[in-house]
Amino acid sequence: MALSGCTVPNFGAKPGATTTSKSVFHLWQGFSVGAVVIGGFVCLLLLYAVLRYRRKSPDAIPAQSQYHLPLELIYTVVPILVVFGLFAATLVVENKEVANPKTSVVVDVNAFQWGWKFSYPGTSTVVVGQTTASPVMVIPVNTNVHINLTSTDVIHGFYVKAFNFSRYALPGVLNQFTLRATSTGTYFGQCTQLCGLYHALMWFRVKVVTPDQYSAWLAANSSSAASAAAARAATKGQTTPRVPTRQTSSHGDK
Amino acid sequence: MRVEAKILIGLGVFFGAMVAVYWNWGHENAGSVMMFAGMLLCFLPGSYYYWWSRRMKARPEDNPNATQAEGAGVVGSFPGTSIWPFTLGMAAFLVVLSLVFGIWLLVPGIFLAVWAVLGGAAEGRRGGHV
Amino acid sequence: MTDVLEPPVQVHDEHDGGAHAHDEHHGPTGILKWLTTTDHKIIGLSYTITSVIMLVIGGVFAELIRAQLSTPTGTLVSLAQFNELFTMHGSVMIYLFAGPFAFGGLANIIVPIQIGAPDMAFPRLNALSYWLYLTGAITMLAGFFTAGGAANFGWVAYAPLSNSLNSPGAGADLWIGGLLLTGFSAIFTGVNLTATIFYLRAPGMTMFRMPIFTWNMLVTAILILLAFPVLTAGLIMLYCDRHFGTHIYSVAGGGVPVLWQHIFWFWGHPEVYILALPFFGMATEIFAVFSRKPVFGYKGMIFATLSIAALSLGVWAHHMFTTGVVLLPFFSIMSLLIAVPTGIKIFNWIGTMWRGEIWFSTAMLMAIGFLVTFLIGGLTGIYLASPPLDFFTHDTYFVVAHFHSVVMALVLAGMAGLYYWGPKITGYILNERIGKIQFWLLFIGSQVFTFPLYILGLEGMPRRIAVYTHDPQWKMLNDVSSIGAILIGISTLLFVVNVVVSWKRYPAGDNPWDAQTLEWFTTSPPPHHNFYRLPQIRSERPTWDYNHPDHRSLAHGQHEEPHEHDREEVGV
Repeated sequence: MALSGCTVPNFGAKPGATTTSKSVFHLWQGFSVGAVVIGGFVCLLLLYAVLRYRRKSPDAIPAQSQYHLPLELIYTVVPILVVFGLFAATLVVENKEVANPKTSVVVDVNAFQWGWKFSYPGTSTVVVGQTTASPVMVIPVNTNVHINLTSTDVIHGFYVKAFNFSRYALPGVLNQFTLRATSTGTYFGQCTQLCGLYHALMWFRVKVVTPDQYSAWLAANSSSAASAAAARAATKGQTTPRVPTRQTSSHGDK
Repeated sequence: MRVEAKILIGLGVFFGAMVAVYWNWGHENAGSVMMFAGMLLCFLPGSYYYWWSRRMKARPEDNPNATQAEGAGVVGSFPGTSIWPFTLGMAAFLVVLSLVFGIWLLVPGIFLAVWAVLGGAAEGRRGGHV
Repeated sequence: MTDVLEPPVQVHDEHDGGAHAHDEHHGPTGILKWLTTTDHKIIGLSYTITSVIMLVIGGVFAELIRAQLSTPTGTLVSLAQFNELFTMHGSVMIYLFAGPFAFGGLANIIVPIQIGAPDMAFPRLNALSYWLYLTGAITMLAGFFTAGGAANFGWVAYAPLSNSLNSPGAGADLWIGGLLLTGFSAIFTGVNLTATIFYLRAPGMTMFRMPIFTWNMLVTAILILLAFPVLTAGLIMLYCDRHFGTHIYSVAGGGVPVLWQHIFWFWGHPEVYILALPFFGMATEIFAVFSRKPVFGYKGMIFATLSIAALSLGVWAHHMFTTGVVLLPFFSIMSLLIAVPTGIKIFNWIGTMWRGEIWFSTAMLMAIGFLVTFLIGGLTGIYLASPPLDFFTHDTYFVVAHFHSVVMALVLAGMAGLYYWGPKITGYILNERIGKIQFWLLFIGSQVFTFPLYILGLEGMPRRIAVYTHDPQWKMLNDVSSIGAILIGISTLLFVVNVVVSWKRYPAGDNPWDAQTLEWFTTSPPPHHNFYRLPQIRSERPTWDYNHPDHRSLAHGQHEEPHEHDREEVGV
């Protein structure tokens, strides 16, 4: 994009660790440039008016102008055009975020009060932990990872700041989205949708490793001993995962 | 009353267009039903005002050249002091509390409500205080 | 331009044989007067005072929240108590302060006088609205005195968190009950406002001569009638799920939890415009009066207000982007489009000031502060209208900062309204020097409070968390924000101080601001049934036309006739 040529400030956001997080970051920058330009323009107008048109005397009465149709039309039409521009930019990034290409790496994420369970379908690997135990979801770098997200009780929020992304875990609904991490590392995540008493402590981590490390980890954790230990660490409502009654993709309602 | 009618009918038409787009694009039940109901809710008084506007004499407040003298006469009835709003308010309070603290509260609640409605209606007929 | 206005006409009160409106009509006094009044001015004043008390209560909750967040592992309150605090802070501020202040308080008092009506169309219904509001407020706050504490599921009460399994206890039911009462209070006020505006205008007061505040209240009333019944229905269904074994919002039994969100936000988004439009209207009046010009773009303002109302019924799911089950592009474009009429209003406000003679009274300062703060809040809202940008800011402090920017803007406008109309309602002006100090504290406090929260949200701090142990470096930003909150608190106290200090001290007269609309033609405070005399109404500024017949509005392109006094010939 044109913005990558010059050094545009971050405006508070970061490029993040996935392919879509970078697109979101650039969109953020674009919106911010627009906000600064428009906001700055309006503030300058206001500042000028407030300084220039202070009353000279308590009795002074100015010309009583009350409308200016051409000007009013301009500041109706121009914002509409700006809005459509913002919308177009939004659609480009949004289509990337809702895409779900076929991939072999799938993780079932189950949120519950007050922890997370990560299962890897096709294997017996399960990672589960409550609150500050902060269970780790291991995924391979530079690979499309398909997430199936649901909840077994109330609504929770799956939020990873480094991915510039969050999605609700809804009971009875299967939310699906795809992540493609671009750098290895461990990224912090937590629940963002109020879910009761320990909402503030419902932490997890996403550990992005090389594909080889991922395969090795998957194999090592598939042993019955490891998954038995994981099952014991499970909390209420976790012994039999609820079968979601409604499946949706995150691509709107189509 | 034409402007009043146009506002409401205009809103209704807009909601109708919006729900047509939304239903065809998204097929989402709850929002479509609510938007559709909103459209009907606008058409209800809007059509009434429109129907009336074509039959009523011009009112002084719709006449840009009206004089204040044209508005002479009784503007409406404005009941003065009345205990019935307070009574009905307390009745509603008790009814709502019965949802929380027990159905027995419905007894004084409904009793007060009936009393307030009857009292208020009688006061309206009598002319009440001013 | 040269026609002479007719002299004002005496108003006859139907129950008084003579041609004068009586000063104080005989009736109950003291508390019985308060319990039985149907006078919109007294009811409106009751609403205003009660809602400001609610503002203080909500403010206390806010300060407690800030105190808890001053340490990453705060132990001022327990986790459970913190959930009650932010739930009741939001609930009190939104349901019990902002709405009632705007449409129950100031609108109740001012709208009938602005259109030349003797009272609201249904005075007893008006009184009922107030009692429903007061009892609703008591009901909701009573939750604190129950064993399980007050409601603790956020002011939005998402299902399934708000069901009987996850939120047992009377606090939640009292919250629901309180909202049923205040909901009907609002609906009845909506009926009253609409009927009054449609049927009780004075002769010559055509729809397109009504003040912008009245126009905004009309549109607010229509929005109330469209939206509040939806909330009421949703609440009744929630109560049924909690107590009658229904499964409307629960998966077991075939219900849909996200249905609650659809219903709640279908009300919730129009609600924020129900809150905002009255304050927009107040600001519009003040910009015009204190620039000594007519409202710029009167018809454009009305068009913008109607557009906001129309669009606001189609954007609710922008609060639900992260659910994954809503039609993202539809709600995105509709939400982005709402920025357009809001922008029109901002440009019209600046246009009103442009080439004016600006008087920086407290009311005007507050209004300008409102404009700046709303601009900031509005711009950050545009980010949230884009789903990709919403995905990572949703449920973080970025959203909290956005709506607090907007809400603090409304508070500034509300203060402007109190300083502007206070003299009309009470007959006495508030001290301007204290007012200006209050303004600076409130304005600077609002920015100091919200800016760190924007950054915190982008740093990843979620909302509704009592502790943030894994990122203790967030403490510094939280502390800066708390300083802002303290400044806001002090400014509110200063307002109370001003009321006390100015009590019956500076008599106002009929029109201390040389204001323009009809309410400034009558006495301060107005008599029973509002007017002794009514002027001829030939524009949207009847009082201005009466006081300044040589300075009527100029249409676009019209030039001023040269007069003897020193004035430049100006065009538009």
